[in-house]
Amino acid sequence: MLCKRIIPCLDCDLAYPEGRVVKGVEFKQIKYAGIPWILAEKYYREGADEIVFLDITASHEKRETMVRVVEKTAKNVFIPITVGGGIKSLKDARRVFKAGADKVSINTAAIKNPKFVSDLSRYFGSQACVVAIDAKRRRVDDPSQVEDKVVVKTPEGEFWFECSIYGGRVFTGIDAIKWAMKVEELGAGEILLTSMDRDGTKEGYDIYLTKAVNDRLHIPVIASGGCGKPEHMLEVFKETDVSAALAASIFHYNTYPIPVVKRFLKEKGVPIRL
Amino acid sequence: MRVAIIDYGLGNIRSVYNAVRYVGGEPVVAENPNDAWGDALIIPGVGAFRDGVMNLSRFLPAIERHLNLKRPILGICLGLQMFFERSEEDSKAKGLGIIKGEVVKIKTPYKLPHIGWNLVKVENKECPLFRGLEEGFAYFVHSYHAVPKEPVTVATTEYGCKVTAAVWKGNVFGTQFHPERSGEFGLKILENFLKFCYSLK
Repeated sequence: MLCKRIIPCLDCDLAYPEGRVVKGVEFKQIKYAGIPWILAEKYYREGADEIVFLDITASHEKRETMVRVVEKTAKNVFIPITVGGGIKSLKDARRVFKAGADKVSINTAAIKNPKFVSDLSRYFGSQACVVAIDAKRRRVDDPSQVEDKVVVKTPEGEFWFECSIYGGRVFTGIDAIKWAMKVEELGAGEILLTSMDRDGTKEGYDIYLTKAVNDRLHIPVIASGGCGKPEHMLEVFKETDVSAALAASIFHYNTYPIPVVKRFLKEKGVPIRL
Repeated sequence: MRVAIIDYGLGNIRSVYNAVRYVGGEPVVAENPNDAWGDALIIPGVGAFRDGVMNLSRFLPAIERHLNLKRPILGICLGLQMFFERSEEDSKAKGLGIIKGEVVKIKTPYKLPHIGWNLVKVENKECPLFRGLEEGFAYFVHSYHAVPKEPVTVATTEYGCKVTAAVWKGNVFGTQFHPERSGEFGLKILENFLKFCYSLK
């Protein structure tokens, strides 16, 4: 029986020599959490199933810093490592793979150039190509205006989901659910699905978004955005068939350490690696 | 102890390199067949069978020489699959044929690829790779698995059907999962592999 994966996400600000893990709220306010490779190793020892580094600065000059962070981490961390943020070319990808990453996560570059998804999966294998989707709820007032969108019914009303790029700064008008189906076709190996409405709120994952995407795909989906307590992970695993749940702040500030979360889920009957 | 990791352009070499070093080996990345020698060889790899076989072909003389010297070899994931005669994934590409049998698509009601952590059960406790281990969680990424025609399966996992997780034939070892990405359990397996290599010296 395949286990559900618990993935700590380390948002990295690389304006510092060794980088800093920070946490934003709804993609804005920022709070310091630690040094990337030290935190990653701690999570590995505590039983994380995978580590995700996201370069939130995503600037070209700091690319070398991310490579160093990955190199340092990979020496002592023996679980899959994913790196995202500002990866635009096969050359960028090759550099982080060479440093020890197993997968790269792409968002903006995929939307601007969908062929990049197929190129990545052809050169490095689909297992190495994660497409990150940052989705925002858009209320449907007039159904005739959104005929080309996938509309999802929720207790709060009807919504479609819009893809955002550049770390939540730019909206694209692209339907997130349709985009997820498209990138699966292009060769993406996994989807990292973040609800922008929930990110940093600690109110729980957007179950409606997560289910709408996961039910339509065969590739694994990682639920992200909004986890504030272990019960939220339980909810997403009970209500949807996602493969993994990602969280940041509940781990960073030791609110709920990884072993506590994993034991809780296991006791509730979720297949978990302990 | 020199462990040559064959770099034929597919797969994450760095993580294998780091893991071998972590458990006390001296890893060397062999991009050139002339460097593919040592106390042990590792064939890592992810991706398609056909690409794997094609890219590995220039290393075949080095692998053959290594095997003739009765030195151990470890295939990981696609590396394991290439030990077999053929794969359903591509009927035209021939495997190394070191182990009789073929590689077939996993017959499961669940999603493929089989990605993530699954419980590996050791079926043959004599196998040096699993010394001191009965079961443990390991990281898998694959859609195909080996169906040997000889009794070489030493560990399995469950994914809607029984999946071959590891094989052993003489000095040839293979794991379908990624020991270099399977935490303490995987490191223990790599350490056992090195210990076995050391015992032959």
